[in-house]
Amino acid sequence: MEMILFFILAIVAVAAGIGVIAQRSAVRSALFLLVNFCCLAGLYILLNAQFVAVVQVILYAGAIVVLFLFVVMLLGMERAEETPDLRRYQWIVGGLLGILLLVGLVWALLPVGAGAVEALTRTDNAREIGAAMLTRFVIPFEMVSVLLLVAIIGAVVLAKKRLEE
Amino acid sequence: MVPASYYLILSAILFTLGVVGVLIRRNALVIFMSVEMMLNAVNLTLITYSRFLGNIDGQIFVLLVMAVAAAEVAVGLAITVAFVRHKDTTDVDEMNSLKW
Repeated sequence: MEMILFFILAIVAVAAGIGVIAQRSAVRSALFLLVNFCCLAGLYILLNAQFVAVVQVILYAGAIVVLFLFVVMLLGMERAEETPDLRRYQWIVGGLLGILLLVGLVWALLPVGAGAVEALTRTDNAREIGAAMLTRFVIPFEMVSVLLLVAIIGAVVLAKKRLEE
Repeated sequence: MVPASYYLILSAILFTLGVVGVLIRRNALVIFMSVEMMLNAVNLTLITYSRFLGNIDGQIFVLLVMAVAAAEVAVGLAITVAFVRHKDTTDVDEMNSLKW
């Protein structure tokens, strides 16, 4: 059962990933990205990381994809298709480099093999994460809040119109 | 039980798709999406190891990566908006100046 779910989610995730990079329109790319993120959330649940799966749906599928769609539509770029490429070589070279990278990664990962792990169990995943985050990882946790503040200020400063114009 | 290597290979495939997207696309927004896809592939690796090593730390890393990704998207899209206001395109080939 777990195997079947894994393969369904994996195939849909890879297909959606191909959709993201192969679509001409940015809106369709964003929607394929949404499918990809949701599949990954399903895989996280299979991996017994329920809290991260929920955060994945809320943060990536909910916030980031919506932000992408907002910007694409705000800029009116949903019709701006890339010019038919005079530089076909970019696709060929990119694809070849991608295949090379994939071969390298798989070659490095194959010796990992199967870990001995019990089947899915009910755990209090969120409690464990909360305990770890507020004890051992409390400094990174606080630094994230500073980072988000900086990002907010940076985004506002970059996106606002100049006053003198 | 799905072996760990299946998850890792899936993650490698998704990462490669992200890299290829960055290499072949010229729309800045789609390049951003590809970068997000790469971050997600790495998250999948971290969670896989978190599960198979029975250690919660990987999931904490994933949450931190998600926070960084959110910050990156906010700033990156703001840069794109500012750029489009200036040049009215999202083609990265046009992005050849740091200042105007």
